[in-house]
Amino acid sequence: MPDENAFVRTTISESAKVMPAQLTSAMEIRSMNAYYGSFRAVKEVDLTIYDHYITALIGSSGCGKSTLLRALNRMNDLVPGARVEGDVHFHGTNIYADDVDPVEVRRRIGMVFQKPNPFPKSIYDNVAWGARVNGYRGNMAELVEGALRQAALWDEVKDKLDQSGYSLSGGQQQRLCIARTIAVKPEIILMDEPTSALDPVATLRIEELIQELKERYTIVIVTHNMQQAARASDFTAFLNMDEDRAGRVVEFGRTADIFTKPEHEETENYITGRFG
Amino acid sequence: MISILTTIGIVVVLGREALLFFQTKEVSLGEFFSSTTWEPQIFEFGIWPLVRSTLMVGFIAVLVAVPLGLATAVYLSEYASDRARGLLKPVLEVLAGIPTVVYGYFALTFVTPLLRSLLGVSLVEIFNVASAGIVVGVLIIPLVSSMSEDALHAVPLSLREAAHGLGATKLEVSLRVVLPAALSGITAAIVVSVSRAIGETMVVAIAAGAAPRNWNLGKDGLFSTVLNPFISGETMTGHIVRISGGDLSYNSIDYDSVFAIGLMLFLMTLSLNMLSRRFVARFREVYE
Amino acid sequence: MTAGEFPEGPQLDAQINRRRRRGAYLRISFLASLIVAILALLTLLFNIVNSAFGLVALESEVAPAALVEALGLDTTSSALVDLSKDDLVAVLRTNVNNNVGRRLERDQRFYDDRLVFETQTKWDELCGRAVDRPAGCSTGARGRDDVYALVIEQIVQPKVRETWLLFDSIFHRAGIEERAAALYPSADLVFRSWLSVDFVTSPQSPQAEVAGVRTAILGSLWIVGVTILFSFPVGVGAAVYLEEYARDTRLNRLVQTNINNLAGVPSIIYGMLGLAIFVRVLEAFTSGAAFGGVEGSVTANGRTVVSAGLTLGLLILPIIIINAQEAIRAVPQSLRSAGMALGASQWQTIRAHVLPNAIPGILTGAILAVARALGETAPLVVVGASTFITADPTGPFSKFTALPIQIFQWTSRPQDEFRNIAAAAIIVLLVLLLMLNATAIVLRNRYARRV
Repeated sequence: MPDENAFVRTTISESAKVMPAQLTSAMEIRSMNAYYGSFRAVKEVDLTIYDHYITALIGSSGCGKSTLLRALNRMNDLVPGARVEGDVHFHGTNIYADDVDPVEVRRRIGMVFQKPNPFPKSIYDNVAWGARVNGYRGNMAELVEGALRQAALWDEVKDKLDQSGYSLSGGQQQRLCIARTIAVKPEIILMDEPTSALDPVATLRIEELIQELKERYTIVIVTHNMQQAARASDFTAFLNMDEDRAGRVVEFGRTADIFTKPEHEETENYITGRFG
Repeated sequence: MISILTTIGIVVVLGREALLFFQTKEVSLGEFFSSTTWEPQIFEFGIWPLVRSTLMVGFIAVLVAVPLGLATAVYLSEYASDRARGLLKPVLEVLAGIPTVVYGYFALTFVTPLLRSLLGVSLVEIFNVASAGIVVGVLIIPLVSSMSEDALHAVPLSLREAAHGLGATKLEVSLRVVLPAALSGITAAIVVSVSRAIGETMVVAIAAGAAPRNWNLGKDGLFSTVLNPFISGETMTGHIVRISGGDLSYNSIDYDSVFAIGLMLFLMTLSLNMLSRRFVARFREVYE
Repeated sequence: MTAGEFPEGPQLDAQINRRRRRGAYLRISFLASLIVAILALLTLLFNIVNSAFGLVALESEVAPAALVEALGLDTTSSALVDLSKDDLVAVLRTNVNNNVGRRLERDQRFYDDRLVFETQTKWDELCGRAVDRPAGCSTGARGRDDVYALVIEQIVQPKVRETWLLFDSIFHRAGIEERAAALYPSADLVFRSWLSVDFVTSPQSPQAEVAGVRTAILGSLWIVGVTILFSFPVGVGAAVYLEEYARDTRLNRLVQTNINNLAGVPSIIYGMLGLAIFVRVLEAFTSGAAFGGVEGSVTANGRTVVSAGLTLGLLILPIIIINAQEAIRAVPQSLRSAGMALGASQWQTIRAHVLPNAIPGILTGAILAVARALGETAPLVVVGASTFITADPTGPFSKFTALPIQIFQWTSRPQDEFRNIAAAAIIVLLVLLLMLNATAIVLRNRYARRV
């Protein structure tokens, strides 16, 4: 086991060598383990999320991708019995340190979920809600418009801002959820299979949107769709389940490298569809 | 189908006797709904004195039960651990399982003396609407809290996660997302509890008083009599119990009048229950 | 878009702290509400127990010691309670007039071999009669405790002058003793449990000191018996029909809505329905006249156990149906398909597979519904529970009273002693309900293990 981890680390550092010099890290995850009760769901994760790049987490279902993702903004705190060990550094502070408030963490690291989950409120209120609870003091209408524009939804909804969020189509709802996340001005956006519940056309819109958002935000996206990972991300981490059913990062590197010349056999097996 | 027969039975029986009541020459529909005096001995049949007490009991009960029941529901659904819930819910179920006559005893022997010692014996009569209302409120707490809790539970986890993901605190999630999302379910709970409070009988029969509180707007002050919860007042249900509890002879005007009150009560509670059902249906529509 | 308009740095910390504090306050107030509800329950129970036990000032018509002294016995060494049967009979003989004595003896003899108040010739004549033959002719002699009870009832006649609550009895005993000594110099201050074996086994009485709830308990049991016989089969049948047979037609949906609405109708309305239908329209049946065999003096114009039971049956019918429907719905569809695939008819499938699996749920629901019926008061008052009967109900066509009715009536009495026995009766009722609920839980667990 220690050997394997050493291997992963070298992989990362080797990948890093070929990165441009200005690459800065947004988050650094160091020997992180995530548990549900006594079950270890994710083990010994070492991973770096690079600023203003899109990082994809791939792997077969149940391998702990979502758990890892949710550990990055302490969403796992909400699950009874769940706990995280190890460090997750964000701007040099460990977000699991005692004096860090998860509320602040989640404001800075937003999340978009698998299924669109707008609040049963108007479109406007959906976007404004997060900003309101977080004490936003600027012009709310501007903020809402800006967020909707960034989410490429403004033109479709500008005439019906007071209608319920549920009146939108599935793809629109998901973009509304992205706008809602953007409105609290996070630095990182975590996306948990954001297109798995959508039709192909809506999926395409979201994928295009993600590329646009990259300009402003750091994005981590969980996907079970390898096409999506290959097309949309800059970096890819491949997770797999060990014999003890705990997920671990097998390989991490530039997406192009992972998909063309994986260094690990497991990775190759997975991306060529030999299992999973 | 027996259930249909029961409903038809209720409507027919109440309707027929009520009709008989309104056909007698002593009383007219207009008088029934306009007079503020209920004095069967002198053939005065104005429903308002009874409705006044009924509504007052209902109002006080809701005032007690809704904040307490709702807060209890929020606590149980959003904050309590599974173990705490397992311990606390049976307590509410016990509260719900106690016969209402026991609550009546409680109102008369505990709440009334308490009110009298707190507010003064001269202000609070032995039989008073406030005491009955408070106890009816306690009695419907379990109803409000269990229905509200169901509504809160039905709010999908994904909404809570979304709110947390935006950097909201637990309270903000509970009060500003979950509660509004469950609003129609909670409204349904409140409406049903009003209906239950209006139909509640034994507590008011024991603690609220045994004489209709008649009033004459010209003479009696609005606050000293009409809206004073600390004086006695007989409710619709209380009146039915008192009149029919004695040896009531059939075909007397008293007998018929009781059915007219019953019909009115039935219609009030039925419409409230149907209203509540509509709210629940709307609530389901959103999430299913 | 700049991020400047959100609080940052120390401001952000302060803002989050503020939000956290607000959260903590409200969380406490939510918990407080729950605690208020629990406190209400505890207060209610305390209030009842508080009234059911406590000190009473007992004043006797004749002091027990004086009776002992009159027999020529030493009052310091022997008390009335310790006297032998012979001594007690002697006390009765000297203190009770002959008419009363003869009546007591005709009810039940004092000795098998001799008579105390009657003469042998008169006794033989009485027992030789065909009608109005005294009960004492055919029963055995009274026991010592029975005679002692007669002495207390007929001669000592203890009267409760004042009662105190349990709480005061324990914590302000000195004050109570002082007051009792001043107001009732000849009274004994004794601790009394209003809830006792005698209370449960004695019939109703106008005197709180000796009144009991036997009549009421039997009445309640009879009524609930009729209720179960009526509503269980009908309710389960309706549920099976609605779940297994009924198509999703408008009529059936109407029936379903209707049942749900019926569950919300105030119980007193059912009482009025019962009064109009069972008591009045069906008087011939519910009074038992149609079936003959009931003497005229016993009938109660349809205000009988049957009427009450049927009324409560209608009341809990919707509850039973709804619960049974849920239980039946919970039976997996695969079980039905399996049964049908083996060539069983629909009814065979239901009987062999669906019902056995649903029965724990159905029973639990039914027991809880019966618990509700047991505690119902208002409909019984309206249907016409007798305000005062001392005779136990003997059948479905008897007049009736019920435990909650008794509580209601005693609570409404102004005297303190009645409050005390009302509290004691409440405890009896709550214990009965507790037993029912426990049965429901046991049943559910037993079936749950087997399936």
